[in-house]
Amino acid sequence: MYLEQLSNAVGVSGDEGEIRKLLIEAAKPLAAEWRVDTMGNLFITRRARPHTERPLRVMVTAHMDEVGFMISKITDSGRLKFRPIGSFDRRILLGKPVSVGKERVPGVIGLKPSHLLQRGEYDRVGSVDSMYIDIGATGKNGTGSVAAGDFATFATTYGPLGGIDQGGNREGRVKGKAFDNRAGCAILLELLNEDYPVELVAVFTVQEEIGLRGARVAGYAANPDVAFVLECTAADDLPPIEPDEDDETDDKAPQGIPRLGQGPALTVMDRSFIADRRLVDLLIETAEINDIPYQFKRPGIGGTDAGAVHLAREGVPAAVVSVPARYIHAPASVLDLADFWRTIRLMRATLTNLTHWSHSS
Amino acid sequence: MKTLIKQLTEAYGPSGYEQAVREIIKNQVSDHADSVTVDPLGNLHVIKKGSGDGLTVMLAAHMDEIGLMVAYIDDKGFARLTPLGGVPPETMVGNRALFTNGAVGVINVENWLFHDRVNSLRKLYLDFGVSKKEDVPVRVGDVAGFQRPFVDMGETLVAKSLDDRIGCAILIETLMQLTQTPHDLHFVFTVQEEVGGGPPRGALTAAYKVQPDVAIAVDVTDSGDVPGRKHFEVKLGSGPAIKVMDRGMLAHPGLRRRMVETAEQNDIPHQIEVLRMGTTDAQAMQLAHGGSAAGAISIPCRHIHTPSEMIHFQDVENGVKLLVALLSGPLQLE
Repeated sequence: MYLEQLSNAVGVSGDEGEIRKLLIEAAKPLAAEWRVDTMGNLFITRRARPHTERPLRVMVTAHMDEVGFMISKITDSGRLKFRPIGSFDRRILLGKPVSVGKERVPGVIGLKPSHLLQRGEYDRVGSVDSMYIDIGATGKNGTGSVAAGDFATFATTYGPLGGIDQGGNREGRVKGKAFDNRAGCAILLELLNEDYPVELVAVFTVQEEIGLRGARVAGYAANPDVAFVLECTAADDLPPIEPDEDDETDDKAPQGIPRLGQGPALTVMDRSFIADRRLVDLLIETAEINDIPYQFKRPGIGGTDAGAVHLAREGVPAAVVSVPARYIHAPASVLDLADFWRTIRLMRATLTNLTHWSHSS
Repeated sequence: MKTLIKQLTEAYGPSGYEQAVREIIKNQVSDHADSVTVDPLGNLHVIKKGSGDGLTVMLAAHMDEIGLMVAYIDDKGFARLTPLGGVPPETMVGNRALFTNGAVGVINVENWLFHDRVNSLRKLYLDFGVSKKEDVPVRVGDVAGFQRPFVDMGETLVAKSLDDRIGCAILIETLMQLTQTPHDLHFVFTVQEEVGGGPPRGALTAAYKVQPDVAIAVDVTDSGDVPGRKHFEVKLGSGPAIKVMDRGMLAHPGLRRRMVETAEQNDIPHQIEVLRMGTTDAQAMQLAHGGSAAGAISIPCRHIHTPSEMIHFQDVENGVKLLVALLSGPLQLE
């Protein structure tokens, strides 16, 4: 299981080399064929089980990149101005430890401490333009290896959380950065461990967070019969931020979907695509036959590599399977390892079941 | 043809769920085409071979209509919605959502008797007449179309999803009436035109496959002859509209001129369409693969994206005449 290594590794959109290297090393014992395209997408192909006639070519993708920052300017006083790469809630940025550049120089996104805030400043969060990263430099020439154009990301280390279940065992919940989408990458690596009655074209894509860019060319090159996208999606199981006046306990059961620990989340439709209903039904049927809990991602929001892949060439029937995680696109996201392993089981069984799929179906 | 229009408009076919419409069209065209195939996203390709030395011409009409998807079901059995395509929230109140399993939900807005304005789908809910979650006959992700019968008012027709089943009907009728053509004609009944911010999705992949020289979308356009609508020349009953531009496309000027000349030579009433909003499958066909000379013929339609869209039947007949005349001869585009 490579989730820990992949989460701790750094790979902001456009700078996925470290992730790619780790994946290539991990895939070497599988003796599968691999190649890297000009944009940096990593293709690892596992041929169909021997004696399979005219196997389907099934593309399964997971994006390697994570959201982060790019250093845009170093000020005269040695502070690093930055631009966000990917989508952020800027309220979460202030005060967070980050690491900058290839040498992982430690830094902090600076802020005014509460002692010094003026009246009215408490409720306001300035623009990202007003923020800066402090790496302890005291002047423009004191930043060492760090330069404009460097990438930065949250300095977070993977680890277990402390929850205990009713049987006294540790809940399998872990925290780390970039579970979106290193969880997908780790699952796709696990899928490559087995043979299927289909040709598995595993594609670890680049630049998803800034507009599904890697997947656009990857889908064209892979030219698959069917595609699955593995993702890590936002769990919507947090208590409401505004307390409900009618609720006396003020500790409502979560209402949103998907929820942590309830199994892989299936996408029916998001902003980027409508999932092929035949594939959604196949996933549901496979989950039910194999007693794998599953749930739906809230329809109509977000977008994934499937948005690009399903429009490749003459079109590709596609579906998305996601591990739910809380606090994605933030310093530490939380996922339930049970959901992680269930997603692997669901995908393995689905790839095996796909033999019933035909082009005329 | 009115029977066909009734059948097509009463069929269920929200974006991504066009099977029923596709089956109706398949049955209609199978005896008149050289080949009928379905591509990976569900577009229906109906090919009529030309007599030779013509062009490859793609004609597109979309099968899908706007619809709703269940986004969330609360403990009391009310469902919340997300739209498939541009669903105007104010037309939803009192509407009925029809699901593939036959379930019907009534749509209303929160606090109906005291509501202010219906300006967001977020305030709408589906009522299945049950009182707890377990009794709701649908699941998250299930898709609904609308229930509304076709009405023949004589000169005009009223139905849901005339956008763009009327385009489908025109393409079917054109295929049947064409006795000879030099061109290889690809009548493509597309999926997923109503959804997404980019070029229409079904037409994009279909055009990649067809690689047409000339591409023509047949769709509806707005009508400027209703109260309050200003600065739009197109009117119901004044003939099919030859598109010059919309928000997504500038029509190929040579193709547009050829359409106008053909209409004039054959005494077919027609009008010119300059639309500031919207787009059609022609946008995708123009840009797919190596590109094509793209244009569109639009049927003026009142009350677009409401459950009661209205068109003039003569515009439909003249649209067929224009297409048959255009496709019967050579298509030199200058």
